[in-house]
Order: sequence, then structure tokens, then C-alpha cells
Amino acid sequence: MMATPYCCFHPLPVADMIELTTSIIDPDELRKTLFDPGAGAYSSFEGWIRNENEGQAVLRLEYEAYVPLAISEGENILAEAKQRFPHLHAHCVHRTGLLEIGDCAVWVGVSSPHRDEAFQACRYIIDQLKVRLPIWKKEHYVDGHSGWVNCERCAKSA
Amino acid sequence: MKTITVRYFAMFREHAGLDEETLTIDASTAADVFRATRERHGSAEPTGHCKVAINDVMANWESPINDGDTVLLFPPVAGG
Repeated sequence: MMATPYCCFHPLPVADMIELTTSIIDPDELRKTLFDPGAGAYSSFEGWIRNENEGQAVLRLEYEAYVPLAISEGENILAEAKQRFPHLHAHCVHRTGLLEIGDCAVWVGVSSPHRDEAFQACRYIIDQLKVRLPIWKKEHYVDGHSGWVNCERCAKSA
Repeated sequence: MKTITVRYFAMFREHAGLDEETLTIDASTAADVFRATRERHGSAEPTGHCKVAINDVMANWESPINDGDTVLLFPPVAGG
């Protein structure tokens, strides 16, 4: 059996984890954490920084996270996915700090015996991450001003 | 009256002009704390899309507040 690196700070096996990082996300390296002889399918999602939002030209994005709860809520989401889709392995990494156009802001990877669960689990995890993790993004626009994404919309609906 | 610590994140931090503060207030629920901080800092967000945690555990607006609690106020999240 292949030796598996063990992270003493994490209650889950190495492949089933969520991380926050200020470093560049490397999906080619990360997918290797999901190798499993019982897995016939791998699916992943990458969220990239794009150059416009709602008609405004975006220069860069700044992500802020409250790490303790982002990790615990992320672990809850991965546990839910594993309960829904047996034999699933899932790994997620989210960036924080200042990101440039084209940077990968979030990566979700899953492996499972068959493709259907892989697609569904990947979709479930990214959808839940986006609405549940305490992570915020501030857009810096080409014209010099900036704004928190969603917050303005929330204030308008008051 | 209860003495609590309130921590602000993202847009809330910018509105309040500080990361956290200690308040002595008459509050029974997390919603009471949110109302009090909105009045204090003159911001206008509805609770609808916002989230709250108490002592590093996700809570809801009806969650009770105890003396010494740390209340985390999260504006609408936007990960991904």
C-alpha cells in the first residue's frame, strides 16, 4: 500500500480537506491528492478572476476570510458531500489576499467510483462553499473605485 | 445589561471603522446585537443575507446572547 502523508492538524484523511491559502493554487498538483485505486472518475472546478462584473471593468480582487469558521464550515460541507455520495474523496482550496485577473480563486476536486457522483458532488461542494463560507471579496475597478461584492445588492434590498 | 465583544468583517469593519469593540448593552438575541451596532455605526444592511456566529460557532438571529460572548457579524458572503 502506498504511504499516505498524514496531517496531524486535520481530523480527515489528507484528500478530504479544505484549505485557505495566500499562495498560487496549482490544480495539477492538487489533483494528485485524490488518486484512489477505487476511483474511476475525477471532476474538478476552478473559479478564476475575470475582468468585469455587472458592466464594470475589474482590475483585481481582494479576498478576506474568517479562517476558523471557513475551515469548520468547509469541513461540514465536505462531510455532507461524502454522506450523499459514498466512496467520495473531496479536496478544496480557496485563496485569500490580493488576486489578479486570470488567477485561480478556488479549486474543488473530487474522485469517486463513477462520473455521475463526481459531477454532482463537485457541483454540490462549490455551490455550498459560495453561500456558506465566511469569505468576502472586494473588487478593485479600472476606474479607481472599489466595492464589496453582494453587499451593495444586500443594502439596496433594505 | 451584558458586556460582549463584537467583531466586524469586510464591509461591516469598514463601516464601523474598527475590527472589534466591547459593548455593554441590553441584548437578549443576536438580532438585538446587530440592531444596536447598526444604530451605533449608522449602517443600513438588513439581516437577510448576513450571518452571525457566537464564540466561533455559526448561530442565527434568534440565538441567545450571554454575558462575555463574542459575537461575529458577517456581511453577505461572496466566496468563489
